[in-house]
Amino acid sequence: MEYLLIIISAIFVNNILLAQFLGICPFLGVSSKLSTATGMSGAVCFVITLATVVTYLLNNYLLVPLHLEFLQTISFILVIAALVQMVEIVLKKISPGLYQALGIFLPLITTNCAVLGVALTVVTKEMAFGGPAHMMNLGEATVYAFATALGYGLAMCLFAGLREHLAMNDVPKAFRGLPIALITVSIMAMAFLGFSGIV
Amino acid sequence: MSKLGLITKGFVKDNPTFVLVLGMCPTLATTTSAMNGLEMGLATMFVLILSNIVISLVAPVVPDKVRIPVYIVIIATFVTVLQLCMQAFVPDVYETLGLFIPLIVVNCIVLGRAEAFANKNSVGDSALDGIGVGLGFTMSLTVIGIVREILGSGSVFGWKFIPGDGILAFVMAPGAFMVLGYLMVLFNKYLAKK
Repeated sequence: MEYLLIIISAIFVNNILLAQFLGICPFLGVSSKLSTATGMSGAVCFVITLATVVTYLLNNYLLVPLHLEFLQTISFILVIAALVQMVEIVLKKISPGLYQALGIFLPLITTNCAVLGVALTVVTKEMAFGGPAHMMNLGEATVYAFATALGYGLAMCLFAGLREHLAMNDVPKAFRGLPIALITVSIMAMAFLGFSGIV
Repeated sequence: MSKLGLITKGFVKDNPTFVLVLGMCPTLATTTSAMNGLEMGLATMFVLILSNIVISLVAPVVPDKVRIPVYIVIIATFVTVLQLCMQAFVPDVYETLGLFIPLIVVNCIVLGRAEAFANKNSVGDSALDGIGVGLGFTMSLTVIGIVREILGSGSVFGWKFIPGDGILAFVMAPGAFMVLGYLMVLFNKYLAKK
């Protein structure tokens, strides 16, 4: 039950893009076509889940026992950069098909603040999912990371669909490009506000 | 480019928010009020100036292949310094800005300036570039914060001049996207290029 609440909360209520503003740059950058948006969402999903598990273990079994919590930011970003690099090499070797699909998006993910954001959130913030606020355990953290990434994918693909239609319309000159995109996101975010209060 | 030009280019010509569209996450997330926007801008400027200075110093000796990881470690170091200083001296500001202070590490403005400017210019010029871009970023964030605070709670820098609750949506997520979108339209219409 608690896992279900985590999933609904992370995908709809606290959508990482539309409510928490993490990972906006790639969201605006690669969302002009639906196919690239799905590719990017897939890659983000993969890396966020993996990075959260690794940084969670690193934090709880190395940094906390040694009282080195102030190194979280530095060590996490290094772990994420190394991980992305490794995922790229491994995928190339064992699954060229998936590598072809995700390949070009992987290097971009290191600087996607959603990855570092989720990794830092699960180790620093107490969360309440239908119960008292507590630090997440490994299982909850993994589910939270995966669901957050799904929410990222959902918002990204919905927005890409809207943007493909937007491209065919006659938009006033000053609104062309990003401004109209931002106003569209604003209306999407308003729609997602409707989910608040469910969890 | 003249020394003065380095400082003023961030305001309009190379404005990091409205022209280059970099560092969108803190721009949208922390501008719920004018004060928050200003604080976030200053925090980013601190990291930007110091990382620009150090990167311009080490750039000649860092091999080309590993430069990005090296830059990221330098930036992360200054972000940690900033985190510890803020926790010590302004804990309530640190609490409000929350996650977005450590996330300065992945703010594309900082790494962008390192790549585009600091690694091929002198220390003095890089410091000025950091100040200029930092000021431009701070200014944009403060402007967005002022607009959202007026519409959302009827006040500016906490000074309330419109009675009532204001339009709550402008303090929440949709307002952030909308205000930035419309400010960008105004910027395109009246200030850009010419």
